[in-house]
Amino acid sequence: MDRMPKWADVVLIPLISLILAAALSALVILGIGEDPVAAVKLMVQGAMGSTYGWGYTLYYATNFMFTGLAVAVAFHARLFNIGGEGQAMLGGLGVALVCLYIPWPHWTLALIGACAGAMLFGAAWAAIPAYLQAKRGSHIVITTIMFNFIAAAVLNYMLVNVMRPQGSMDPASARFPEAVQLPTLHELLLPLGINFSKAAPANVSLILAVLACIVVWALIWRTRLGYEIRAYGHSETGALYAGISPVRITMVAMLISGALAGLMATNNVMGEAERLVLNSTEGAGFIGIAVALMGRSHPFGVFLAAILFGFLYQGGAELALWTTIPRELIVVIQALVILFTGALDNMVRIPLERLFMSMNRKRRNRGEGAPLPERKPTQPSE
Amino acid sequence: MTLMKSLMSAAAAMALSAGAALAEPALIFDLGGKFDKSFNEAAFNGAQRWAEETGGSFREIELQSEAQREQALRRFAEAGANPVITMGFAMADPLSTVAPDYPDTKFVVIDVNWLDAPNLRQVSFAEHEGSYLVGMLAAMASETGTIGFIGGMDVPLIRHFGCGYAQGAKAVNEDIEIVANMTGTTPAAWNDPVKGSELTKAQISQGADVIYAAAGGTGVGVLQTAADEGVLSIGVDSNQNHLHPGQVLTSMLKRVDVAVYEAMKAGEDVETGKFELGLADQGVGYALDENNAELISEEMKSRVDQARQDIIDGKIDVVSYYENDSCPALNF
Repeated sequence: MDRMPKWADVVLIPLISLILAAALSALVILGIGEDPVAAVKLMVQGAMGSTYGWGYTLYYATNFMFTGLAVAVAFHARLFNIGGEGQAMLGGLGVALVCLYIPWPHWTLALIGACAGAMLFGAAWAAIPAYLQAKRGSHIVITTIMFNFIAAAVLNYMLVNVMRPQGSMDPASARFPEAVQLPTLHELLLPLGINFSKAAPANVSLILAVLACIVVWALIWRTRLGYEIRAYGHSETGALYAGISPVRITMVAMLISGALAGLMATNNVMGEAERLVLNSTEGAGFIGIAVALMGRSHPFGVFLAAILFGFLYQGGAELALWTTIPRELIVVIQALVILFTGALDNMVRIPLERLFMSMNRKRRNRGEGAPLPERKPTQPSE
Repeated sequence: MTLMKSLMSAAAAMALSAGAALAEPALIFDLGGKFDKSFNEAAFNGAQRWAEETGGSFREIELQSEAQREQALRRFAEAGANPVITMGFAMADPLSTVAPDYPDTKFVVIDVNWLDAPNLRQVSFAEHEGSYLVGMLAAMASETGTIGFIGGMDVPLIRHFGCGYAQGAKAVNEDIEIVANMTGTTPAAWNDPVKGSELTKAQISQGADVIYAAAGGTGVGVLQTAADEGVLSIGVDSNQNHLHPGQVLTSMLKRVDVAVYEAMKAGEDVETGKFELGLADQGVGYALDENNAELISEEMKSRVDQARQDIIDGKIDVVSYYENDSCPALNF
C-alpha cells in the first residue's frame, strides 16, 4: 500500500490523466483546423469565468454528484448499479407527483416532500433488481440496465397519457406551481451581497448534494451499516462468516443507491425545468459511473469529479455556441477525459508507482529516508 | 471581492464585445442534430439557401441537453442575434420565459402555435392535411387492402400524422386495414433504422403493401426495407422519393426549409404572430417528381388534387388528433 504517497494517488494521477486527455483533445481540435488554445480559453472562460458560467457548471455538477454517489455506494458493496439513469427518471416522476398534486405552502416544505418522493421512487426502482440479485442471482448489471428502458417507457406512458396537460403536444407535465419553485443561487446569495447570475439554473439543491456527500461519507466510514457494506464488498464469504446477511446488504446498498439517484430529480426537475420532461436525466446516470470511478468511490472524490464533468458540460456548451466545432467532437473530448481518468487509470498508475519505488530505494540507499521497516518488502504483485 | 469584481468585469467586457457584432440570425437545432435527414436538416437547408443567396452568415447550435435550451436562447439574444429561430415543440416552454426578457429580439419557433408573446413568430404545419393526401394515394396504390404506418417516438405529434393518413385512406376505401406501429417511447426512436426495418418486415407479413414512415431518421430503414421487399413506401418531411427511385410512392412534404428561409430573409423585420402553413400555402403537400411519376396514375393524381382543393375550400374536414386527443379513423 505504501508504494506511493497518498497525495500522489489522490492528486497526481488524476492530474496527469487529465493533462494527457487534454493533450489528445488538443490534437483532435488541431486536426479539424481549429485553434486548441482558443478553444480551451473559451471553455474555461465560459464555464468558470463568470457567475453565469459557474451557475451552469454547478448545476450539472449537482446532477453528477447525486448519480456519482449512487454508483459509489453500490460500488462499496461490489454491486455495479448502472441503473442510475432509470432510478433518476423515476425519482423525477416522484418529484413531479409530489409537486403537482400536493398544495405546498412554501418551497422548504415542498423540498422535504420532494426529497421523500424522489428517494421513494428511486429506491423502489432499484429494489426490484436488488431483490432479483439477492434472491435469484440475476446479475445486477443486466437487470439495472434493462430497468432503464422500462423506466423510459413508464415515464413516456405517464407523460403522454396521464400527466400531459389537455391540449399540449409536448410530452411533459404541467409547470409546477410558484410556491414549490426552488430558489436559485442568485436568490440565495443576494442577501450576502453577492450578485450571482440570475439566468443560471444552479439552485438550492446544490447544498443538498453537498450534504448528501457528507452523509454518505459518514454512512460508509462511520456507521456499522457502512462497515457491513464495505466488508461485504471486500469478501462475501468473509462477511457471511462474520454474520452479515448478503441479502440484507445487497438490498440496503441498492436501496440507498437508488434513493441517491432519485434525489437528482430535486435539481433537474424541481430546480431547473420546474416540470417533468421526457428525457430530463439525459445521461447523468451514466456520467455518474465515470464520476464514481474517477472519485475512487469516495464522496470527496465524487464531489471534485462532478465539478470537473460539470465544467466539461458547460465548457462544451460554450464551444458549441461560439465556434464551429461540431457537437460530436465535444462528446469526443468528454469521452477522452472519461477514458483516461476511468478506464486507462493503470496506464498512469503503474509507471508512477515504479517511479516512486525507485525514488524510495535511492533515498533509502543514501540513508535519508524514513527508518527502514523491519518487515520484508513485499514483492510487487505483477 | 476583488476577484469577483474582475470576474464580473471580464464577463461584462465579453458581453459588450459580443453585442457589438452585427445582427445576424441564429438557428437552434433540436436534440436530433443538424443532419437528421429530416426535420432539423430541412431547417439547415433553408438557412443554407438564405446564406448562399444573400451572402449572409448565421449562428447555429446543436443542443446537447435540456438545460441548454434556455441557455442558448439567452446567449444568442444577448449577443444581438436577430431573429433567433428555434426548432421543435420542446422549445415552447423555454421560449415562454425567455421571450419576454428580450422584447427587442424576434424569436421564431417551428411546430408551436399555443404561446402568447408579442415578439414571437410561431409557425405550425397542418401535417394531418398532407398526411390525408398521402393516405389517399396509399389506399389507391394498395392491392392487398392493407397499408402500414410507422411512427417514430410515440408522441401526439406523430399520432397527428397517423390520424390524417388513416382518414385519407378510409376516404378512398372504407374497409381498408391500417397497421400502425410506433418505433419506441424514447427519443432514440427518432434514429433507429434497424427497428424501422424490423417493423416494416412485420407489417409486410401482415399484408401491408404501402408503408408510410413518419419517423425521422428511422424512416431511412423503413424505406430501404420496403424497397428490398418490393413494396411501396412513403417518405416524410423532405422529398425522399429519390432515395429509392420507383419504389417510394410519394413523400409527405413539410416545408420547414421554406419557413426558416422566409424568417431569415425577413430578418429583424420578421412578422410576428401565429402562422399555420397548410395545403393552401404549400406548407404541406405530397411530392411528385420524375422518381415516382410512373407510380402515380392520372386518375390518382386528379382524385388527390380534387381532395386537396376540397380541403382548402373547407368541403372536407380532416379531423386533427389534437382536437380531443383521439382519432376517428385509427386506434393507437
